[in-house]
Amino acid sequence: MKFTEEHEWLRPEDDVIVVGITEHAAEQLGDIVFVELPEVGTEVSKDDECVVIESVKAASDILAPIDGEIVEVNEVLIDNPAKVNDDPMGDAWFFKIKPADASQLDDYMSEAEYKDMIS
Amino acid sequence: MTALLQTPLHALHLELGARMVAFAGYEMPVQYPAGVMKEHLHTREAAGLFDVSHMGQVILRGESCEAVALALEALVPVDVAGLKPGRQRYGFFTNDAGGLRDDLMFANRGDHLFLVVNAACKQDDLAHLVAHLKDVTIEPVTDRALLALQGPEAEAVLSALAPEVAAMKFMDVITTTILGAEAWVSRSGYTGEDGFEISVPEARAEALARALLEDDRVLPIGLGARDSLRLEAGLCLYGHDIDTATSPVEAALTWAIQKVRRSDGARAGGFPGAERILSEIHNGAERRRVGLRPEGRAPMREGTPLYAGETGGDPVGEVTSGAFGPTLGAPMSMGYLPSELAASGTKVWGEVRGKRLPATVADLPFVPARFKR
Repeated sequence: MKFTEEHEWLRPEDDVIVVGITEHAAEQLGDIVFVELPEVGTEVSKDDECVVIESVKAASDILAPIDGEIVEVNEVLIDNPAKVNDDPMGDAWFFKIKPADASQLDDYMSEAEYKDMIS
Repeated sequence: MTALLQTPLHALHLELGARMVAFAGYEMPVQYPAGVMKEHLHTREAAGLFDVSHMGQVILRGESCEAVALALEALVPVDVAGLKPGRQRYGFFTNDAGGLRDDLMFANRGDHLFLVVNAACKQDDLAHLVAHLKDVTIEPVTDRALLALQGPEAEAVLSALAPEVAAMKFMDVITTTILGAEAWVSRSGYTGEDGFEISVPEARAEALARALLEDDRVLPIGLGARDSLRLEAGLCLYGHDIDTATSPVEAALTWAIQKVRRSDGARAGGFPGAERILSEIHNGAERRRVGLRPEGRAPMREGTPLYAGETGGDPVGEVTSGAFGPTLGAPMSMGYLPSELAASGTKVWGEVRGKRLPATVADLPFVPARFKR
């Protein structure tokens, strides 16, 4: 598993990467009330805004961590955005992306490095 | 950068694990570990304790309470002189353009008037009072904390410490003793729930707060939930829903301008902006503050432009407050629309992240009030 400075986690699964936000990020954001997911099939470039998360008071963006194609989104979050607070590292993944260039993952942190960053 | 001010409960907030933010020059708790959603829901189910010590408390004294009231009427378009002792009322300072300088609560406490004004406006409000009230002593109260206890259990909780509060009706004010401290209590608040606002000497604030928090029914509540609660209750936030450019008629606050101050009243006019305000009461205003219910789940936040149609045209209004309502279970906003689009049920479009999304004009409050009348 890899971690970004924007508090996203990336988990390779077969030929796609599953993307979510960390427990730390979910806690900082507070109670999530709305998630806007990208459309399946969208081509994204690294750092494109691709998910909007709204808490009671404010909106935040999640940026695409790598270039690629969105192949699946987690529809559960549409009706149950609070899942992001309940299980950010598991059931509340946001999208699965087919990487254009898997080596882009090398830029990111290991779990140990991420834990270091947030402490 | 000037250092932020702290309230008498600052150490307690930190001890309770509050996340602190800068607000109106003060360091204030925006939430505690429970989080905004839980704090909001808890307030409507049981009792929430708020530190609102940042707000301005002011005493006005003069020859008589009536004389002071009449003097204040030159600055606020409301019936101050007719307010009976032991009662509180909502009002606002107007400016020459008929806009609003601040909104406030004022109370007749027998031999003086007691005002509570917004934190961000208190210096300006004091200067305004000093500049215009002749033969009135204006005393800023700087040595007292202000706490709010709100929710259906507030009476049960507070009356355990001060039994006399149980007999209070909405907008009553009394002076009583709580834990040995002189407390000025009003039955009022900013959440739409029953509750009390309590002014105590600053040295006694922490002990009172701790005693209230000892009760299982009470949780500490931050400014985050304070905002979602007041928005569900349809209450204005000065600087957002009302400001120097909005008249009280546009802001749908005409109800607060009693008949005696209107054109046919015994003390008609005589306040800044009277010409415009009285004219708008008579003829209607061009725009109006309304409630809005976005159709989807996406909130429409402050600044969202509003359109009359799904495509084309210029914005006709904008959102002035918007959030997700935890009790409502949906997003909710307040904003201004032209009067002809202000009827409940009117469909408008808000531009969110470049897309126009539908919203419906809705009656306020979003969540019914539960005052002890």
